[in-house]
This record gives sequence, C-alpha cells and structure tokens, in this order.
Amino acid sequence: MGYAGHVGRLLEEADAAVGDEVEVTRRGRTHRGILMPHHDFSDDAIVTVKLSSGYNVGLCLEGESKVRVVSKKLTKDPIRRSLPTDESKKDVAFIGTGGTIASYVDYRTGAVHPAKSAEELAFSVPELMDVCNVRARVLYSIYSENMEVNHWQELARAAASELNSGASGAVVPHGTDTMGFTSAALSFMLGRLSGPVVCVGSQRSSDRPSSDATMNLLAATRLCVSSDIGEVVVVMHGDISDTYCVAHRGVKVRKMHSSRRDAFRSVDIDPVARVEGSEISLLSGYSKRAAGPVEVRDKMSERVSMLYFYPGFEPEHFEMISGNVEGLIIAGTGLGHVSEKLVKPISKAVKNGVFVGVTTQCLYGAVNLNVYSTGRDMISAGAVPLGNMLPETAYVKLMWVLGQTKDPSEVAAMMVKDLAGETTSRRSV
Amino acid sequence: MDYRTLGLKVGIEVHQQLNTGKFFCSCESDLVEEHGDEFVRRLRPTQSEMGEIDRAALMEAEKKLQFRYEAVESSCLVEADEEPPHDANRLAIETALEMSYVLRATPVDEIHIMRKMVIDGSNTTGFQRTALVATDGYIELDGKRITIEAISLEEDAARKMSESGSEVLYRIDRLGIPLVEIATGPEISTPDEAKRVAARLGSLLRATRRVRRGIGTIREDLNISISGGARVEVKGVQELRLLPVYVDTEIRRQLALLEVKDLLRRRGAVDVVCAVEDVSEVFSGSKCRVTESAIRSGGGVYAAKLPRFAGTLARTDDGILRLGADLAAHARVAGVRGLFHSDELPGYGITEEEAAAVAARLGVEDEDAFVLIADERARAEAAIQRAVERANAAIDGVPEETRAPLPDGSTVYSRPLPGKARMYPETDVRPIRVDDDVLQSIRLNLPELPEERVSRFVRELNLSEGQAEALIDDGVDEEFELLASSFGGPQVVARIYLQVLPEISKQGRDVSSVDVGVLKLLLEKLNDGAFAKEAIPDILLWMVDNDVYDVDRALDGIGLRTADIEMVREVCDRIVREREDFIRKRGEASLGPLMGVVMKELRGKVDGKIISAVLSERIRQLLP
Ligand SMILES: [Zn+2]
Repeated sequence: MGYAGHVGRLLEEADAAVGDEVEVTRRGRTHRGILMPHHDFSDDAIVTVKLSSGYNVGLCLEGESKVRVVSKKLTKDPIRRSLPTDESKKDVAFIGTGGTIASYVDYRTGAVHPAKSAEELAFSVPELMDVCNVRARVLYSIYSENMEVNHWQELARAAASELNSGASGAVVPHGTDTMGFTSAALSFMLGRLSGPVVCVGSQRSSDRPSSDATMNLLAATRLCVSSDIGEVVVVMHGDISDTYCVAHRGVKVRKMHSSRRDAFRSVDIDPVARVEGSEISLLSGYSKRAAGPVEVRDKMSERVSMLYFYPGFEPEHFEMISGNVEGLIIAGTGLGHVSEKLVKPISKAVKNGVFVGVTTQCLYGAVNLNVYSTGRDMISAGAVPLGNMLPETAYVKLMWVLGQTKDPSEVAAMMVKDLAGETTSRRSV
Repeated sequence: MDYRTLGLKVGIEVHQQLNTGKFFCSCESDLVEEHGDEFVRRLRPTQSEMGEIDRAALMEAEKKLQFRYEAVESSCLVEADEEPPHDANRLAIETALEMSYVLRATPVDEIHIMRKMVIDGSNTTGFQRTALVATDGYIELDGKRITIEAISLEEDAARKMSESGSEVLYRIDRLGIPLVEIATGPEISTPDEAKRVAARLGSLLRATRRVRRGIGTIREDLNISISGGARVEVKGVQELRLLPVYVDTEIRRQLALLEVKDLLRRRGAVDVVCAVEDVSEVFSGSKCRVTESAIRSGGGVYAAKLPRFAGTLARTDDGILRLGADLAAHARVAGVRGLFHSDELPGYGITEEEAAAVAARLGVEDEDAFVLIADERARAEAAIQRAVERANAAIDGVPEETRAPLPDGSTVYSRPLPGKARMYPETDVRPIRVDDDVLQSIRLNLPELPEERVSRFVRELNLSEGQAEALIDDGVDEEFELLASSFGGPQVVARIYLQVLPEISKQGRDVSSVDVGVLKLLLEKLNDGAFAKEAIPDILLWMVDNDVYDVDRALDGIGLRTADIEMVREVCDRIVREREDFIRKRGEASLGPLMGVVMKELRGKVDGKIISAVLSERIRQLLP
C-alpha cells in the first residue's frame, strides 16, 4: 500500500490494510475513516484517511499517535455477467495494451481499476454492445512510453489473427503518447488488411465524467462495423467539443498537443474519415478492405536511431550514435539541413554501411536537399532525403525495412518508395 | 414565535469567493460580459463498480446531457478541461488556513484535493474539486458558542446562462474561482441569530482581504428543521438581510405542512393511487387560455382525484404556502408549465361549471381535491404522477428537500436533498502539507480581525463603537478607511456609508455605482470648497437618479453653489443667535419652529433639506 518507515510500521503493528476502517489519534484528536493508499506525493509521515464525509485528509503520525483497526475491509465479489451475442451484429475485436480507456472507480477507497477483461470493457461502455459483438483480450498492460518492438510485433499478430478469424475490425485501445509510433509500425507490418485496425486513446482519463474515451471508442467501433476501410488508422476527437471524431492514416498522424482532446492531427494530408454519431464521412482516398487473409511481416531491426539536429550539435555525438546502429533518421532543420560540420561524419557513416535518412523538424512539408549547398553536400555524403515522411514514421519504417533486407541499395529503395501512404509527392495548397 | 418550543435548528454554510486567482490555474477570478469561442460537451457518470450500471439512467443522461460552454478572453485550457490542473493556489490555501485559525479549528496535516462528482454540466470536468482544510472550530456570539464543523476549499462552478431543450449553456469565467466554505453546526436557534452568525462569518472572511466583493460573491446555504418537521436546505441565498426571512418562512411552511398532515390523518387519507382522467371535453368550449391552447396544439386536459385533500392545497389565510405550490413545482420537473388544483378553482379562466364537471367526472366528494394539467398527453400524465407522489408524501409530513430562495423571501422546491456525495481523489494535484512552519507563518501574518478594527477606528478615527461595528458589518470598512484617511473627515465619510447611501437605497434606488472612485472625487471637490458637506445627500441622489457620476454636473443639476450654502449658514447663524433662549428651552424640538423662520428668508433660493441639515447642526452645536 506504499506506506514506509515509521508510518508503515505503525500500520503493520495495528494490522491495518488499505480499505479497513481505522481510528487515527494524533495531537489528542481522533479521526475515524477508511485507510487510503499512500499518495505518491504525500509526505512520509502522513497517513491518508477517508472520513465519513467523503473527504480524504492527511494525518501526521509523528510523536504520540495511534492507529486502531475498527473493522476489516469487506470484500465484495463483483457480479459476473456474460456478454450477449447477437447473430445480426458483427464481431469487433478489442485488443488491450494497457491504457485506461475504460475504468471503474471504487468510491470506497478512491482506487481506479482499468477494465481488463472483455466483460469489464463491454459493461463499462455498454453502448458498445448496441453496435457489435465484443470480442476482447488483453495482450499486456504497460504505459505507452514503455512500448518496445516486441509489443508491436505481438499486437500485429493479434490483430491479424482476429481479422483472419472473422472480426470485422480490430480496435486497439492505446496510451496516446506513442500511439503514432504503434500505428506506423502496424501499418508496415500488416498487409492485405480485410478490415480496419483502429488505434484509439483518450486525452482525459476514463475515470472522469468528461472523458473523451467513450466517444473515441464508439467512433472506432463504428468504423470497424460500418466502413470499408482496410488500413491502420488512429481515431481521436476532431475538436475540443464532443461532436465528432477523426480517423487519421496510421503513418501520417502525430500528437501535436500535450493535453487537448484534438491533439492528434493528420500531417500534410486530409484525415481518412470523420465520424459524427453513427455517421461516417470518408474524406480522402484510402485503401479498401482486401479479401485477406491478413499477412504479417513483423521482423524489425532495433539498431536504428533518430537524431534531432540543433545548432551546436557535436560531430562526436553523431559518431557515437552512428557507430552503433544500422540506420539513422535525422530530423533536420527547414528543408532537412544539418551543420556543415556533420557532413563528413555522415559520409563516414554511409561508407560504413549505415543508412542515413533525412526528414524535417518542421513536420509539415517535404525535405529538399538540392536548394542550398549544405543540402547538396549532404546528398554527396550519401544522406537520403525522405520527402514529407514524418520523422517518427521514417524511424519506424527504417526499423521495419532493415528487418526485411540488409542490402544497402534495397534499403534505400524501400525507404524512398511509398509503402503505406507515408509519403506523398503532391502537397495541396 | 417561541423558537425553543418549536425545536428550531438552523445550520449555515457560507461560501465565499476569493480574489486570489483561480484555484487550479493561473487565471484571474473575474467575471466578464463578453464571451468568445464556444465548445460543446457531454458528461457521463463514471462507473462505480462492476454490475452497477443503470442503463436507463445512462440513457436518460445521454438524451439530456449536452452542455455548451462559453469561453471568455481570459479562459485557459484548464478551465476547458483540456489541460490537467496546476498545483493548488497557495494564497487560497493560506486564506483557508487563516480562517481555520481565526475560527479556532484544527487543520488537517495534509490537504488532499478530492473530485466530487457533479454531472449537471456546471463543471467541465464532471466533478468539483474540493478539499477539507480544518474541523472542529467555533465562534462566540453574545456569549453563545456556535460550532464550526468544517472549513473547506472548493472551486466555484460555471455560470449557468440559459437552458433550452436538451442543451444547457454555461459561461466558464466563474469556474475555478476558489470558494472558502464554512459550515456551522445546527445550533442556531432563531432567525435573527442566523443572520448574525452569517454576518460575523462574512466580516471575518472579509478581514482576510482576499475575498471577492459584490453580488453573488458570498452565498449561504441554510439547513432548517423544526420538531416533527424535516431538514430542508435553502440553497444559494445571496442577500444577508433575507436570511432571517427565509428561516421564518420555512418555519411557517413546515408548521402549515404539519397541520396538513394532521388534517389528512384525521380524515383517514391513504396513499393516492394515481388515476389520470382525460377531461378535455369538459373544456371544449372553454374561455380558459391555458386549456384552449393545449387542446389546439394537439394535447388535452388531464385530471386526477386527490381523495381527502380538499383545503390542503391553497395558501393559508396568512398567505403561507401549502401543498399547491409544491405539487406544481414537482409537476414542472416533468416539463409542464404548471397545474391547477381544486382549491383555486373557479379561477384562471376556468368557470365554476367547468370545475364542477371535472369534479363530477372524477367522482370528487366534499373532502376530496383534484389537480388538472393541460398539456401533451404523455407529459401531462408524467407530471400528474409526480404531483400525486408529492401529495402522498404530505400524509407523512414534511419531506426533506432542497429549496431555492426567491427574492420575495419565499422559497420554491428545487430537488430532493442530494444523496451522499461521490468523492474520489484528484490524483492530478499534489497534496499540500500543513506543517508547523506553515501554521507559524499563518499565525505571524494574521489579518486585523473585526474587533481589533473596531477599536482602532474608535481610537484613531474618533468613530463611536456603533459606527465602527456598522461599517464592518456592512462590509464597507475598507472603503471607509481609504476615504477617511485621505480626506481627513471620518465623520463625513461614515455618514455617507451609514446614512446617506442606505437612505437612497431604501427608496428603491441602486447605489452600486457609487463606488470609492466616485466618492473620492466628491470628497476632493468638497475639500476644494466647491460645495458644503450638507449638500452631499442631494448630490448623491441626483447622481443615482440621473446615472451620471460627475460632481460638477450634479451641482449644476441641483442648481447649487457654495455661495448658496454660505448664505444658508449666515442666515442660520443669525437666527440661532437671535433665538438662543428659545433653543435652550426647547432643545432639538426647536428645529421645526425655526425652520419656518429661516424658510421665510430663503424660500425658493435653496433646497429645504439643505437648510434643515445646516440648521439642525447649528442647533446641536448650541446644546450641551
Ligand atoms: Zn485558467
């Protein structure tokens, strides 16, 4: 329960556990309430108690203080309910990765439990059952910033197997921080998609009434049931209002705000679709559902790095990185530039067989290394301009390409070629 | 009334807005007139535990919940619930701790911010952030101890601007302003004491100098009960002077309901089974506008019998509300405009014959009553159902409920008493440690308390104790001090605040535009000798009447110049000298006769009120 030191010992001696009703006496005053878990930022000398008024208060257990258990916590078994199946509805697979897209609040202790099983998910957002038959499984439970290559691979295989066993689409509830990386990885790994694979998240957690989770989840589900999209997309709010959601192509989407509901934006292209209630409007060209079965090509190289150029970037730092990888993506300034000091280290890396791809920190627009002399020197050194590919997408793509081939000219050819809509030759006004 | 015999118990919760800036973001606590962008949200109750989902409630929520929010220029992403809250406002915390100290309460050792679920849209998050700061304090008032059960800090809600159909419009300028909430125990035992407790808490809060001022910045909730009655909450009282009125009204209302209960019991009333009859045809040719328009727009007229309820619905002879108003308020929850009941018929365009025909259709006998609603069928039926449920509650006596205060001193049913609040921790905000260092610095930096200020005003500004107390109770002590010290005439300023302005507002005029700035200019002109102090009431009255706050224009407006006052003074001085013996003999009563003498010389030249003011001052100067 997180209490350490003196407080931990006092609680242990009193045999008090979180959820028990306790009496805490300090400074001659006694408070009765339910013992709460230790708050991460709470002082070490403090025990947190929920009073009968509902308020939590922190009480200091220094000096003469006592804790007594009044009654032990009652454990209540949750009511088990089985999911309904409706022949007339399509199956949608929900593949959990650890985000709290749906959760329950235990008002007794204040603890928030994420919905883990299919039943918990479906019954916490019962509207889902009006739209589809819920098939759900939890692959793993991690924060999205802790995602690694093996998680993407596992996810790709799970999505393919769900689609190949009849699901009309796969919804992947995901933490938003790295959702764009995951959607890009899935985009390259999955071929001949027989339905959409929809990454969906929430910017306001599901333990609050104003959460965007339910609306995003419902929009994702509707896309699986009622659209003919056969792509990996990210579905989030289109606006700060709860009016419509937007589906973004998995390789062209980026989180552009740390907290707003409409943080995700399609960069340099229009979104794929707009979902307002049960209305789906398709906004730009997209790949339709293929006949399947879905193919998985999930091999990736982890010896890839991404480097953000800035004034004063030390050539030695470049060499420390390039000496340890098979490929490197540079997010350069403007049209894709780095300082002239880096030209020689780039040339050296390329000679050593390291692929060096160039993208822009501007995110919007394409790189062009023909315009200025530094750019031309970078090209001569062997750097490969990657058009308007997002730096993160280029990084994920390079990992994937290096998983398919190690041949430098094949790598370069695949990196430049548009495989999943990650680069566009035209950028409209 | 003998409140002790009645078993009157009143508790007060005072909610005071602070001017410290918002509780969880860096915005100012200001309300504004213009708004900018809007956004729309829906709220959804957070699921509590497995298996507790009420689909019906959820659908109800879905159908109704659409909230439109007006952002203002100063709104930020925190208020729009587009950014996590920042750390709690330190000044607001300190103010609450100051109040805890002043109220002799014991602070908690660490303040934890909670989320109190509120899904009526008044908070963009769907919860109100609130924290308990201290418990177990007290104040002493005329030797009696009133306990302070809790001192909390919470964020104020968004301002509701309008409501139409399924959408409620809020403005988020007020959202997030810190409120100090002080809750007393139920030991207040008279209506007047309720006012004095509230005034005392208000003056202590103002003493911190960190409170917002003006209408709506301090609000009181009253919890009122009498023996045999029930706890009723009158929520959101904004005018201190009406506090005792609401308490008194509520006592009378509960007494009237207890009489109703006795009457119903004597008659052997039992729970009414709701049976709605369509009586539209009775009204097919009616002149009543309400029934006519309902029938014309495709609805009808529906009625239900309330056996044994005759005479329990109308107001008492003293005008005290009985069941009728409450039945109507409950019916309105279902969306109808109102209802008619048999105690008030014939009336409202419904004839005696029509009322009798309805009664006949329902089989109403002497002791029975009925209610009547003209509206669309389903809505009318739902409304009658609610009215019947309320009528049935009357057989048991007074129901616990929340009532809204009205400006005329009465109250109207608003909703059942809220159940226990659903609260869970606000994990996005760090708890605030209240250790000895913090408390020590609070103690060392305490504001000047009202008692101290009274004695200072008496000592330094030569006010009487009564004047000083009145200034503080009225909440104008700060303004007073500002003006009194810069223009040297505490008595003149005290008179403006304690007599002149109250008198003008007693005449039903709004004096809120007469602020410190206006008075400052006025007093500067007085210092310059532009007019005499006796002219102040006339000048201020002219300003308020014309809504023009310019001293020169006011002087032109009332046609008054210093020369006139000089003349008045000369004449008064002379007459007072001449009639000294008479004045000594008659005392202040000599004013009347002498006025006649002075007026003979000055009639038509100067306003009588000014003459009277000068003359009475001269007379008083002469008397011991
Ligand atoms: Zn703000």
